[in-house]
Amino acid sequence: MLKITNLHATVGDTEILKGLTLEVGAGEVHAIMGPNGAGKSTLSYVLGGRPGYEVTAGSVEFMGQDLLDMEPHERAATGMFLGFQYPVEIPGVSNVQFLREALNAQRAARGEEALTGGEFLKLAKEKAGLLKLDMEMLKRQVNVGFSGGEKKRSEMVQMGILNPKFAVLDETDSGLDIDALRIVGEGINTIMRGPSTGVLLITHYQRLLEVVQPDKVHVLANGRIVKTGGPELALHLEEEGYDQILGEAAAA
Amino acid sequence: MVDAATLPTTRDEDWRYADGAFLAAADPAVLAEWRTLEVPAGETIREVNSHLSGETMDRLRVHVGKGGRFEAFATIAGGKYSRVEIEVTLEEGAHFEFGGVTLGGGDKVQEFVTRTIHAHPNATSNQVVRAVQWGQSVGNFLGRIEVARDAQKTDAAQNFRAILLEKGASANTKPELEIFADDVLCAHGAAIGQLDKQASFYMAARGIPPKVARKLLIQAFIGDAFEAIGADAQREQILENTLAMLDQGAM
Repeated sequence: MLKITNLHATVGDTEILKGLTLEVGAGEVHAIMGPNGAGKSTLSYVLGGRPGYEVTAGSVEFMGQDLLDMEPHERAATGMFLGFQYPVEIPGVSNVQFLREALNAQRAARGEEALTGGEFLKLAKEKAGLLKLDMEMLKRQVNVGFSGGEKKRSEMVQMGILNPKFAVLDETDSGLDIDALRIVGEGINTIMRGPSTGVLLITHYQRLLEVVQPDKVHVLANGRIVKTGGPELALHLEEEGYDQILGEAAAA
Repeated sequence: MVDAATLPTTRDEDWRYADGAFLAAADPAVLAEWRTLEVPAGETIREVNSHLSGETMDRLRVHVGKGGRFEAFATIAGGKYSRVEIEVTLEEGAHFEFGGVTLGGGDKVQEFVTRTIHAHPNATSNQVVRAVQWGQSVGNFLGRIEVARDAQKTDAAQNFRAILLEKGASANTKPELEIFADDVLCAHGAAIGQLDKQASFYMAARGIPPKVARKLLIQAFIGDAFEAIGADAQREQILENTLAMLDQGAM
């Protein structure tokens, strides 16, 4: 459902993605691992359409559509969810207002009717419960004063409410303690595991992958996918580090 | 102050950011006109005004009695030149609360001018002004705070922030503190910036179109100025009035 072909992207004058090719089918969870500076976050921002990230070559097809041709909010309405490594604080806007605006904007773009305040709150309560996030937190301003773990759980609550077709999760596990990691991992499983949904999980660590079992693991280095394997590749990386794999890839 | 017979010009400190062409053509009698208001000791009077269109010249002189409270909240969305000016004299233990928002595009010049006179001890004042400008418009806040010699334990605060949505828009602020007592708290802050780009992208990534995102961010931004109204229908009303002008604007 997501098909990335020979993607090149620059930030400023620096080329970060250098011919990245990757395909995630419906019902699949893929993990992307790789050393710092490999281009992992750049990939997520390019998929989200963040200003300043310029695609110079290649294509991204999402559910049969040209993703790169869409504005960021249109990508979201098509069903693409971007989980942020550093969720943004928005003072003065409550989570409830933020998410209701987001959901109803997406529904409007898809020609669906808006949810009423009551319907929305019921949905929000259900999803917050799933991620063990206090409903009171949803009444607070978006991410303001949230701890790192709360921000990440809040992202997952957002994902649950918006119910996307595909999620690109950029280091959703960073800053989480072991309990929160399990809650978030199980949240991803509950919300995104299905025959018609897909996940691209960007992570540094094996721990999250124990909870969210990936179908495939890719190693991203120097702007390209250098190796692809099954879940055992993540274990192998955890033990050996990236150097050996990168060495093999360079030799091949 | 200006005599009824002479027109102020932008050389006058209190009018330095005003629209010069407007002043030159204005009727001196209109510019010299002041409303007056007496807040009796221990009582509270609140004014909420939305100046949404046309030119506004509203000058108000207020005297607040012992322990009294005067609250003024205003929006200026009209032009070409609009000015809301408040001069408040505070007796012992009195309070002045002010929240103002300028919001405009085109070549509008919109300004708040306040003079807060802490004449006696223990009086407090708090002023929050927010400016949202686009086009070639200008938003100004000139706030003078005077603390008299025996006005100990004065607590005065003033905060101005502006968001410029487009290149070409501008904002000016001139805080003036004149303090003759030694045991006082006077705080003032000012910042001029743009809408938070990170927040805009975050909203877009959740499916919120740019126009709605901008409105939410501006609503949050100007909300500060009306926060002291409390959870009140009046607050909703002035916020709605103000945001409606954003929709009507060229933005």
